[in-house]
This record gives sequence, C-alpha cells and structure tokens, in this order.
Amino acid sequence: MVNHPIPSEVARRLQKPRDGHAAIGGPLFTPFTLALGVLIAVAMYFLAQRFIYGLGAVTNINNGYPWGVWVVWDVVIATGFACGGYAMALVTYILNKGEYHPLVRPALTASLFGYSLGGLSVLIDLGRYWNFWHILSPTYAQPGSVMFEVAVCISLYVVVLWIEFSPAFLEHLGLKDVKAKLNKVMFIFIGLGVLLPTMHQSSLGSLLVVYGYQIHPLWQTPLLPLLFLLTAICMGFAIVILEATLAAAGFKRDIGPELPLLSKIGKIIMGILVAYLVIRIGDLIVRGAMGTAFTSGTKSVMFIIEMALFAYPVAVLSKPANRARLSRLLAAAMSMLTGAVLYRIDAFLVAYDTGPGWSYFPSAPEMLVTIGVIAVEVLAYIVFVRKFPVLPGHSTTAAAE
Amino acid sequence: MYDDTEISREIANRFNIERRDFLKFCAAMAATMGLPKGADAEIAKAITAKERPSVIWLHFQECTGCTESMLRAEHPTIEKLILEIISLDYHETLFAAAGHQIEAAREAAMKKNWGKYVLVVEGAIPVKDNGIYCKVGGKTALQLTKEVAEGAAAVIAIGSCASWGGMPSTPPNPTGASGVPEILAGKPVVTIPGCPPNPYNFLSTVVHFLTFGALPALDHLGRPKFAYSRLIHENCERRAHFDAGRFALEFGDEGHRKGYCLYKIGCKGPETYANCPSILFNDVGSGSWPVGTGHPCIGCTEKGIGFHKPIHALAELQNQRPPAGYPRVVEEQGTGASIAAIATVAAVGGLAIGAGAKLVGNLGKNENGQDSGKQG
Repeated sequence: MVNHPIPSEVARRLQKPRDGHAAIGGPLFTPFTLALGVLIAVAMYFLAQRFIYGLGAVTNINNGYPWGVWVVWDVVIATGFACGGYAMALVTYILNKGEYHPLVRPALTASLFGYSLGGLSVLIDLGRYWNFWHILSPTYAQPGSVMFEVAVCISLYVVVLWIEFSPAFLEHLGLKDVKAKLNKVMFIFIGLGVLLPTMHQSSLGSLLVVYGYQIHPLWQTPLLPLLFLLTAICMGFAIVILEATLAAAGFKRDIGPELPLLSKIGKIIMGILVAYLVIRIGDLIVRGAMGTAFTSGTKSVMFIIEMALFAYPVAVLSKPANRARLSRLLAAAMSMLTGAVLYRIDAFLVAYDTGPGWSYFPSAPEMLVTIGVIAVEVLAYIVFVRKFPVLPGHSTTAAAE
Repeated sequence: MYDDTEISREIANRFNIERRDFLKFCAAMAATMGLPKGADAEIAKAITAKERPSVIWLHFQECTGCTESMLRAEHPTIEKLILEIISLDYHETLFAAAGHQIEAAREAAMKKNWGKYVLVVEGAIPVKDNGIYCKVGGKTALQLTKEVAEGAAAVIAIGSCASWGGMPSTPPNPTGASGVPEILAGKPVVTIPGCPPNPYNFLSTVVHFLTFGALPALDHLGRPKFAYSRLIHENCERRAHFDAGRFALEFGDEGHRKGYCLYKIGCKGPETYANCPSILFNDVGSGSWPVGTGHPCIGCTEKGIGFHKPIHALAELQNQRPPAGYPRVVEEQGTGASIAAIATVAAVGGLAIGAGAKLVGNLGKNENGQDSGKQG
C-alpha cells in the first residue's frame, strides 16, 4: 500500500520541519566512491594537459564551434540538473507548500555542487581564464549582453546557494546563535534563490536567440527563453525524484515516507511538460517550421527522439496509478531528464550550423573531463549526506551500518 | 575677421597665383600642425606681412637632400611663395651668386636683422682637429655656426646630420661629426631629423614660428611634438600584419610580395619616432613612404638607430610586444568523431541507460512483489 500518504508522518514533519534532517553517517571509502575517485583522477590528468598545452591539446572545439561539451554539458545542462533546489524552493516557499520541506535540503545539496562546478567549468573552458573577472568588473562589463546576465546571475546564485545551505554546516558545527540570526534574513536569500535561476535559465535560451539563422528552425524561436525555463524547472523536479530514488537505493533507505511527495512532483512535471509540448509544437506550426521535422536528416531524427522522450513522461504520469509507483515515476523522470539533456545538446550543438566545413564532435579526453566533473558532484553529494544533516531523518538503518 | 582684400591683390601680383590657392595653402599648413580653427587666417596674415623675416641657411657635411626635399614640397608656385615669404638671405644651393659676394650678403643680412633672423643648419659639423674637415669661405663649420647663431632669434637643425650627426657620424666617425645642439649647448635648437626629413615638418615649424612668434612644443630632443611624438609602428599601415603574426622573412618572398610586416627583415618602425606613415611623402597618395614601398624603415630620425644599427638588425620593441602565440595559418574546422570519442559516448550512454533500466526493473519487481504479497 504505497500509494497512500502516511498522515502521522506528514503531520510530524509539518510540525517540526527544521528538525527533520540528519547526517546518515557510514563509510566514505566504498568501491563506488573509489571508482569515482579514479574518474576524477583521469579528468585531473587531462585538465593538467589543458592548462599546460592549451585548449587545443585536449578539446575538439574550434573557431566555428567555440562552445563544446564543457559549456553545453558542464554549464548549460549541469545547471539544469542543479535546478532541484530552485524547483523545490519555488513550490515550498513561493507556492507555500510546506509539506515539501524535507526534500528541499537534499535538492539544495545537489544544486550547490551542480552550480559551483558549473561556474568552475566556465573557467576551464575560457581560453584566457585569468581574465574571467573582466565580465563582472564594472570597467569591463557590458550590461546589455545576455552573457553578462548569465555570468552575474550564476555567480550570485552560487553564493546564494552556499548561504541557503549554510544552516546544515551551522547545525553540524553547533553554531546555533549564528544560525538563528541567519534564519531571520534567510527569506532574502530564498527570494534571490528563486529569482536568479529564473533569470539565467531563461537567458541560456536567449543566448541562442542571438545566434539567429545559425540555429536550425526546429530549435530557433523567440520563445527559446521560455522553453529553456520550463525544461529547467522540469529538470529540477525530475532530478528530485531521481536523487530520492538513488539515495534510497544507494544508502538502503526506506523511500516510503517520501513517495507521496514524489507522486505530487510527478503530477507537476506532467503539467509543465504538457504546457511545454503545446508551446513548442504550437510555435513550430505558427512559424511554419513543422515540415522540417521530417526533412532535415540527422536533425529531424534528433528532434523526433527528443519529442518522444518528452511525450513518454506525459503518457506515463497521466495515470494516477503510475504516479504512485516509484518505478514509473523514475522511468518518467529519467525520460524527462534525457529529453531535456538532448534538447540542450541539440539546440547548442546539433542545430548549430556556422557555415560550410565546420564540424564538432567532442574528443574522448574532453568527455572524460566532463565525466570527472560529474564524478566530483556525485562524490561531494555522498560525502555531504554522510557528514552533514541533509537527508530527511526518518531512517536509521544506514547510520547503523 | 581678417580682411584680406588688399593682400589678395598683392599676392596675385607678386606670386602670380590665385588668392584661393594661397588660402588653401595656409589651411593645409594649419591642418598639418593640428592648429585650431582660425589659425589659417592668422597664418595668411603672418606670411603676407611686409616685414619678412630673414633666414640664413648654412650647409655643412651633407648631401643637400634636405634642400632637395624642400624644393619638392608643393606645387612650384607655393614653393616659390615660401622662399619669398621668409626672405632667404643666404642659401648656397639656391644662390645665383658665389664666393665672397654671398659671404658679404650673409654678413649684411646678419647685421641688418641682428637678433631677429632665423638660422637653419643643414649638415653635420665636424669637431675633430678644431673642425678643419669642413670649411666655407675660409671659416670652419664650427666657427660659422657659433658666429651666425649668436644673433639668431631661432635655430633650426634640418635633417639627421644637423640634428645629431646623421650619416657623417656613422661609426667610427672619423671627422667627429656632431649635431647643432651639441655645438650650441645651452641655446634652444629645434631639430627636424630625417634623411631627408619630411618638408612639411620643417615648413610647419617655420610657419608656426612666424605666426605665433614662438616655436611649437618640443620633446626632450628638440623635435616638434606634432611630428615626432608617435612611433612609426603605431600608425603603420602594416601594423595589422604584425599583430596577426604575418611577416616578410626575406626580400621577395611570398610575405614580402603580399605586403606583410617588415619587422623581421629589420624594420626600425617599432623604435623610431616620426610621422612618416601619417603624412607620407611628395603628395602622391598612399604607399609613398619607405615601408609602403616594401623597404624596412632604417630609423633615420632616431639617434643611435639610423646609420648606426645595421639595416637588417631587429628593432627593439618599445611599447608593443608580439603575442606569444599566433593563430595557425590553416584554420582547423573540426575533425568529426574519433573512434575513442564514439566509444566513450556509447559506453557512458549504455551504462546510464542500462543502470536506469535495471533500477526501474528492480523497483518494478519489488512493487509487484509487495502488491502480490498484500493480495496473497
């Protein structure tokens, strides 16, 4: 009987929401974390090459394709994955649904690493990385540029995320006075924590609007900012489902108490995806670009796969019975995430044609760096949930191990 | 407003030119010096004044290239105008007279205009062995310079030889050739270096002096700032090639034929101050200066560089540095997917899809097990 909420559990958490987190403890050295360590070491090796010999020694990017996977995955997609904190803050604080509170902090943890490493990845990808501060310096900044907005929003949001997350540190360190003072002004940071991602997740789409005809008509539209924002929010919700499931499987926790909340999140995802599909396909029809969905070779194939990956969650989640089953929720969430990843890869790389002769496919070392960055995020998440009060504290089995 | 009705008639009679041409010349002079609006009228007023300042032009160790350059300054009528305006009272190349006759003319002019005339020196002055290596009318260049400079209102050294020794001072400098500023230590001397100098740098200086009664702003070497405050490299038409790393490597190679930067075959533009690329030579349009024709600058306006450093020697860069790396000649446009890259994508994608499917499957089994357990 997993599809019914447990009223007493929910009621308890609603009464004392801030005491609901606990460090789960457990070993830091496991075969899985060691495997992550190896992936990180490999990435470090190629990063050393990148900083000694330059971008050309490691990546396949060229003057026609100055943005490769390090931008498209590590920044555009990784910050989308990291929208969990944003999406949960949106429903918990802005829509005032306190019941979701237990899910905020784990989501925030993932966001923290997603965004912090996204910011660092920009540094890796900049040819002259030592000039990175120029974009934020008033003497160099160009406030009219979309890139400026993205840079400022992401930089500020990384700071805001660390402040939003700091209660977990303060609890761990026993600094109750500081935490109490911080809580009084926390509403400002929560507000910023919703405003900033709304601005820059849409601006990631605006970046492509600036590309004009170089982006294929199946993706190029003035609505790109809206579509990017909708998929980012959806990614945020989907990642919450994925994280909760993986944490349950990986740390052998009981998912039962969280399942009713995840079901509701599944419903939200379905709603947003329906809106997204209506806008996306409606826009294609209005612009008269629908025909190119079947006549553009590889691009058409990618578009159709993308659409299928977005349509599958809608079909699955439309049935209440499916929303109550974790396996279906997970399948829908993973399909949604894959679709959103593909949407970003397609829009930034597949749909992008800068002229005859230019081509880009990431090199193996380039991808291994990206995999290493993902490994850092996963490893940091594991360390944090084991050492700091992050996950909802209803399970003691893992801590006992 | 300056009333020019009278002079227009006067000039038309005297020089046989149109009043419009004369005013155009004045405007061109003002523009060369970067003077403010209205200065052309003042110039016109100054050079039509009845009292024309006397100019004494001395020649020493030189090739007369500076004078030759001056003679080609403008259309003949304007050039004639200049000679008339400044009342040239002594000039060995241009005088019809010779011998003691012109020496007498010089002394008469000096006596008459004592303290008001302008002294122009062309050529280096030998100082070794009391200057016996250059004599005019029985007097050494050293004596003549000091004698004439004494009553001069202004001293202008034209050409590199007069400015700092120039070509005659090329090491080992057997005659001890020196520039005017060294001989007349303590007296302000305007230097117009160049081999030959651009005539407009000289004319502009003279006209500035006539118009305002004072010399233009000078740098620490006595050079007018309007002409010598910028490196040739800064205004060079080939500068973009320097910045992009496109160089001629030898005379007649592909880069040389394509007009690339001449830095690597010894162009001294990066360490030489002059306005050659800005105002060019001989009023014949673009490319009419040494670098424009494909020859590296030899640094003729700069002491210690022109006639001193070998022509092929690399210039010492003053305020520019070539970048550490240059873009490749062949632009890389991307190579497509390598086998390793495809293998990585396939491995990671397969792993992710496989793990996801496995997880979903396991969860599904659990759920079914629970459901059947409940039912059973």
